[in-house]
Amino acid sequence: MSQYKINVTKLNLWYKDFQALKDINLSIKSNLITAIIGPSGCGKSTLLRTFNRMNDLIEGVRIKGEVLIDGENILDSKIDLLSLRKKVGMVFQRPNPFALSIFENIAFSLRIQGIKDKKKIETFVEKSLKSVFLWDELKDKLKSSALSLSLEQKQRLCIARTLVTMPEVILMDEPCSSLDPLATLKIEELLQYLKKDYTIVIVTHNMQQASRVSDETGFMLLGELIEFGPTKEIFTNPKDKRTEDYISGRFG
Amino acid sequence: MERFFDKELEQLYRKLKDMAELVKNSIQNSIDSLKSKDQKLAQKVIDEDRFIDELEISIDEACLELIARRQPVAYDLRFITMVMKITTDLERIADLSVDIAQRVLELLDKPLLKPLIDIPKLSELAQRMVKSAIDSFINQDTHLAKEVCLSDDEVDKLRDLIQDELIYDYMVKDSSTVPRAIPLLLIARHLERICDHATNIAEDIIYMIQAKIVKHHREKLENNNDKK
Repeated sequence: MSQYKINVTKLNLWYKDFQALKDINLSIKSNLITAIIGPSGCGKSTLLRTFNRMNDLIEGVRIKGEVLIDGENILDSKIDLLSLRKKVGMVFQRPNPFALSIFENIAFSLRIQGIKDKKKIETFVEKSLKSVFLWDELKDKLKSSALSLSLEQKQRLCIARTLVTMPEVILMDEPCSSLDPLATLKIEELLQYLKKDYTIVIVTHNMQQASRVSDETGFMLLGELIEFGPTKEIFTNPKDKRTEDYISGRFG
Repeated sequence: MERFFDKELEQLYRKLKDMAELVKNSIQNSIDSLKSKDQKLAQKVIDEDRFIDELEISIDEACLELIARRQPVAYDLRFITMVMKITTDLERIADLSVDIAQRVLELLDKPLLKPLIDIPKLSELAQRMVKSAIDSFINQDTHLAKEVCLSDDEVDKLRDLIQDELIYDYMVKDSSTVPRAIPLLLIARHLERICDHATNIAEDIIYMIQAKIVKHHREKLENNNDKK
């Protein structure tokens, strides 16, 4: 198995006339946490959304280049988007559980995959809640509304909902930006447990978070990937002055 | 954009510069007191060491506060952590100057065993190495820092020369010279240790500027031709 899960070559993306991504070349390793940092509007969320073709939903988007996941070009028009999004799950900025019970939030994903066996669904729900360390807290109130949970629990539930589809890659777009520091810490701890089974790509504004949780970091500016490398290197000895200025708070 | 953090780093830099200046004076005075058998000057070195100790604590506290409050990264992080290490070496150099001054006090009532030739050479080398290490910090000059690191062999040779002469030409031949030879032997040892600390500082400065660890890696030092 290749050590790289995602290989991006000469990726360019336009929103109508505006070029949001410029010649991105990047390789993301399996079972690591890769952080993408950069100031607002630099293209980091756009890049992330390319990995599960979420940009397709935006009018006027034009993409050139290649994004290989396990060697398969996911930008190919013949790609099955449902399978792709099953393989490449996504967690968003604000926790967005469905207005359903805790149990149904996860069971819903299973049902749309065609799983009807009640026992099987119960097993999957338990497993996914356990993997985000929610089972012990919530096992006695699975029928309660997911909307009654704390923000941090909601976010963990959303991660569990992503995990139940058995993805191989998890994309996280500012997953802690609406959480308080303690809740943030819990999610960050969770990521460390998850990375042994998943390849995680996280977009974050919080540079301390990137330095705490990620193994590799990419810095983007004005649609370009300025620098990419081991997080340890980026935060102790960045090669590009623009990276140094950004992470040191000299601009951005 | 100038950050408020830059002003705090500038203050830290100035404090370290002040400490380095005091340490440089301390070595100078201890060596002068040896050359001229000046009791007052030797005592001054001992008495004024506390100012250096206080500065060390104050710099360490400032570094810890900046790490806690600013979460520095990249050069800022290397600068602050290296300042913490450099203050430790500077403080040790000052302590060794005090040790030399104490040896001077021990020798005051004894006639000199022999004219001092190699000890002044070693002391000049020690002073030069400390000065260059400090200048390499002030001017961010890795070439000068590298020169300091490479002076270490010369120091060891001189120390061996002094040691062999004192032991084999004096102490072994005539045991009555031992009380006068031992303080000189110790002074040579203190000077050699001062040079070691100057080397540590120079290695830290190379890391601070180039993020390259040359400590314990002589080959990296010899290949270190980066322009900075």
